Amino acid sequence: MTTSIPPEVDLGALPALPRDDAGPVFSAPWEAQAFAMTLSLHARGVFTWREWADVLAAELAAASARGEPDDGTHYYVHWLAALEKLVAGKKLILGNELERRVDEWDAAARSTPHGKPIELPRRG
Amino acid sequence: MSDHHGDDHAREHDRPLSGPALRARALESLLVEKGLVDPKALDELIDTYQTKVGPRNGAKIVARAWTDPAFKKRLLSDATAAIAEFGFIGRQGEDMVVLENTPKVRNVVVCTLCSCYPWPVLGLPPVWYKSAPYRARAVIDPRGVLKELGSEVPEDVELRVWDSTAELRYLVLPERPAGTEGWSEDELAAIVTRDAMIGVAQVKLPARGKR
Repeated sequence: MTTSIPPEVDLGALPALPRDDAGPVFSAPWEAQAFAMTLSLHARGVFTWREWADVLAAELAAASARGEPDDGTHYYVHWLAALEKLVAGKKLILGNELERRVDEWDAAARSTPHGKPIELPRRG
Repeated sequence: MSDHHGDDHAREHDRPLSGPALRARALESLLVEKGLVDPKALDELIDTYQTKVGPRNGAKIVARAWTDPAFKKRLLSDATAAIAEFGFIGRQGEDMVVLENTPKVRNVVVCTLCSCYPWPVLGLPPVWYKSAPYRARAVIDPRGVLKELGSEVPEDVELRVWDSTAELRYLVLPERPAGTEGWSEDELAAIVTRDAMIGVAQVKLPARGKR
């Protein structure tokens, strides 16, 4: 498609572009984790890539509607939220299972001395 | 989020697991427990995208197209198949389309809805590609966006903006710069940049003597 600028657009009001010169692919390990979980679940056929793109697009649109500045640095926050929604929608994780697990990891992290790997207590 | 760049690693050690890192950990442990993801496969995927896939794959394709007219023809008529000749295959089952730049037409790729991107050939997208300003502005004001990214496009050159989808990903075939006659494929691949293959920059000759 070819685009031209509609006359009513005030170009001066457009936000500036963030820049990076071949910056890091992931800015924290959890971003890579969220990314890889998504690819992995897709590879198992849990959802189609179209389904994923739709959920992610909705998540990004909602963030933008809330007026959050979106300079790309929060991208994986929205990615992870989208993955949580898709996984819940597919009933792979039920009810408050995820919230309970978050609390367990939170408790484990707080009780782990500095420098030791954080692990969940064994159950049963 | 002003200082996003240098010290994430240091901060990781300063504070306990929190925020999205905590949620990602919780989600992964549940999915692993349910047998839905394999932690080894996750590590492999991360390693692949962080270190093995990158814009170099795309650069090889561009260099081949510049030097091999038969390949270029295949690339422009069926990019998915031509790119598969290199063994670069999309994991999402998406189709690839290659857009050729000419002195009169330049192509720019965007994904207005999310950030669909040709991962197998370009690795993961740069932060600005994922940003709302780029996603929105590339369509409204491509000339302004390119100018801001450091590439001014003359008025008599037509700009075409292509919106990627989950099923269709684009790769721009930039113009081969003058002065590269007789260069080998490897030498050519070395000067092809990620931004040129997204369409927001042109391939430039390196400073003299760098060849």
